[in-house]
Amino acid sequence: MTDVAETILSIEGLSIALPVGGDRSFAVEDIDIKINSGEILCIVGESGSGKSVTSFATMGLLPKILNPSAGRIMFEGRDLLTLPEKARKELRGDRMAMIFQEPMSALNPCYTVGNQIEEVFKKHRRMSASQRRSQLLRLLEEVKLPDPERIRSAYPHQLSGGQRQRIMIAMALALDPKLLIADEPTTALDVTTQAQILNLIKQLKSAHSAGIMFVTHDFGVVAEIADRVVVMQHGRIVEQGSADEILNRPQHPYTKVLIAAVPRKSGQAGRSIEDNPVALLANNVTKTFHTPGNLFTKGRTVHAVKEASFTVRRGETLGIVGESGSGKTTLVRCLIRLIDPDSGEIEINGIDFAGLNRDTLREHRKDIQIVFQDPYGSLNPRRTVGDLIIEGPVNFGVPRAEALQRARELLKIVRLDPDCMDRYPAQFSGGQRQRICIARALAVEPKVLIADEAVSALDVSVQKEVLALINEIRDSFGLTVLFITHDLRVAAQICDNIIVMKDGEIVERGDVNKVFGAPEHDYTKSLLDAEPGKDWVIPEFEDNTSV
Amino acid sequence: MLMFAIKRLGLALLVTFTVSIISFSLVRMTGDVATAIAGEGATEADIEIVRQQYGLDRPLSVQYIEWSGKILHGDLGQSLFFQRPVSEILAEKLPVTLTLGLLALGFAVSLAIPLGVLAAVKPNSLIDRISLIIAVLGQAMPTFWFALVMMVVFGVILRWLPVSGSDTLAHFVMPAIALGYYATPAIMRLTRAGMLDVLSSDYIRTARAKGLDTHVILFKHALRNAVIPVVSLAAVQLGFMLGGSIIVESIFSIQGVGHLALISIERADFPVIQGIVLVLAVFYIFLTLLADILNGWLDPRIRIS
Repeated sequence: MTDVAETILSIEGLSIALPVGGDRSFAVEDIDIKINSGEILCIVGESGSGKSVTSFATMGLLPKILNPSAGRIMFEGRDLLTLPEKARKELRGDRMAMIFQEPMSALNPCYTVGNQIEEVFKKHRRMSASQRRSQLLRLLEEVKLPDPERIRSAYPHQLSGGQRQRIMIAMALALDPKLLIADEPTTALDVTTQAQILNLIKQLKSAHSAGIMFVTHDFGVVAEIADRVVVMQHGRIVEQGSADEILNRPQHPYTKVLIAAVPRKSGQAGRSIEDNPVALLANNVTKTFHTPGNLFTKGRTVHAVKEASFTVRRGETLGIVGESGSGKTTLVRCLIRLIDPDSGEIEINGIDFAGLNRDTLREHRKDIQIVFQDPYGSLNPRRTVGDLIIEGPVNFGVPRAEALQRARELLKIVRLDPDCMDRYPAQFSGGQRQRICIARALAVEPKVLIADEAVSALDVSVQKEVLALINEIRDSFGLTVLFITHDLRVAAQICDNIIVMKDGEIVERGDVNKVFGAPEHDYTKSLLDAEPGKDWVIPEFEDNTSV
Repeated sequence: MLMFAIKRLGLALLVTFTVSIISFSLVRMTGDVATAIAGEGATEADIEIVRQQYGLDRPLSVQYIEWSGKILHGDLGQSLFFQRPVSEILAEKLPVTLTLGLLALGFAVSLAIPLGVLAAVKPNSLIDRISLIIAVLGQAMPTFWFALVMMVVFGVILRWLPVSGSDTLAHFVMPAIALGYYATPAIMRLTRAGMLDVLSSDYIRTARAKGLDTHVILFKHALRNAVIPVVSLAAVQLGFMLGGSIIVESIFSIQGVGHLALISIERADFPVIQGIVLVLAVFYIFLTLLADILNGWLDPRIRIS
């Protein structure tokens, strides 16, 4: 960032009204943001802070029900808000471009990616077919896609998430826009892919001298790429400044809360659990999936879990870390026999779980409970919270009145009002729903609790509370916790021991400090190396009480 | 794409084989064929002679092989009533029914898809309401009643269109509308739902972010995705119209396959019935195959796995 940088975008006093009847009257209120050429401005905030609305308003892609009610968005000397739609269309894709969060669904499945990029040229420039093609190949090369000739004629479903996001970036850069808006572009990607995309965006900043508006919820990402930072809460800007100021010397209490909630790499280690009895033992658990072939296609064999062996002691939290497709979810499903492993032993509290038949399995299922990633999808929306929690125990023969009494206690333990028993899941926030899920899992008094990406969908401040809750119930109930996550910092904070999985294999294991402090396997090293903002030493504040 | 088409063709042949077995056994399951051929009042001896003459005393498998071999050569047997080859009779009647079916489908699709798209682009607008009314009417109104009303208005009062027969294309206008209107609501509602779904998808947002014009977004990006399930439905509807045109053909005195099926059932003319079932089934299979291939062409996820 140079001192003579020109201002590309200037949002002045922008307010966007929400439809009447919402919980607040503005999606964003009176916000001022400037973006200069050649700089990355990060807009940080939790869900509902108005950060995405700001980016969509700039791009002119707001849903019809949201309308700017005050302010200006100045871009190249014109106020975008008063510009007729036709003129805005001319700008979009040409002078300003956008990258979205979900690379999986952001491309049209019916057309090749080459076709979809070339569309930008067709719309905005008069170019011959051969010019378009050479530009396309140059772009694909610039975003470092291998074999541009082949990728050009591939359909989206033939590419990985990271490759698709590169296609989106190539599409956005097609006409060298002055302003690039990126809305959580790496949130849906694995950590190593995320690192590559962030790297790419940093390089583009210097190569194209564009201004980049980067919307994110992740302070690690901010530390990795931001020049300047805007912090938003409830539709207002609470603080803005240089990346160094915001990350290391934040002034506003909310910024401090957010930063305090960022998981630290140091956490659990050092608790003595060595003497506790073994609660869960897995020995050579193996699962292979066969896709049967037919007359025309060959069958496929996927080794989802290869001879996984480990033990977890009572009161221990074991982290299972790995990227998508590493087999961590399959492993867990085998452990609780949602799918049957091909071979191997599973012992839970001394019971041979792998060898149980259908009837006895049902009886022992309650010993091992699971909390899933998506707090929105895992609660039946048509049943009350009370019904959801008591379903398990009633199923196992506990009288209804007793189960209800117990459910009230559990709600208190997960810090929800026991009077919310008669309410429906839709009336709760994501964090509250995850608490309900935990209460439901605890209702059958399990010995082992599995958290499958249980905090991944939550905002950092909520994440912090749920993590603390999991620790607390582990200690008070004497639970064993299996914590599956792709987020190394979260794993470091909550786990005693870690196993790292790659392609169905356990490549590294050990206590948190060893795995993260002195990793042995190259894959673990590359995972740690890819962690965004790894060089940022998170400041400690004296007063870091939760929100 | 070629591989995909070959695979589908293989499947279609398999289904055809199955259908031929069903069609073959259908007649043999409904009663003793020889008794039926010999007619009322025939003696045991007469029936036995018929049985031997027609080769019905041989094992079923032998009969099937002979029967299917003949079919492959276009021989569907002899009509008991007309005393003519079934294939000849069908060759006369089929074009009529096909014309009616295709015209009806053409009418249904050209009404339903534009209305469905318009309704999705402006949900809850006037055009959406109107298309809903059309859909409800089409679903609720019996075909025969609708056909009669049209006959009275356009044939008798206004004298614009002929009310019966199948000599010119004008004869097909009202029957095609009557038959096609019944298929319209389902196609229209499916188009609308598909478009609504697609228009709120992420890749439409991407298309807008590229600054593309509305008509490109609508017809290049949205419609192609939305129409994929519609293609399958339309194929099923056309098959249904071919088989279910009995009522419409009867009302408008069109001498098509539907009409033929009706009178053949009345006369227990089993070789004709068998031929109709078989031919319509093969048509149906062919249509499904066509729809599959069309969908494979529309959606690369289907053809490239």
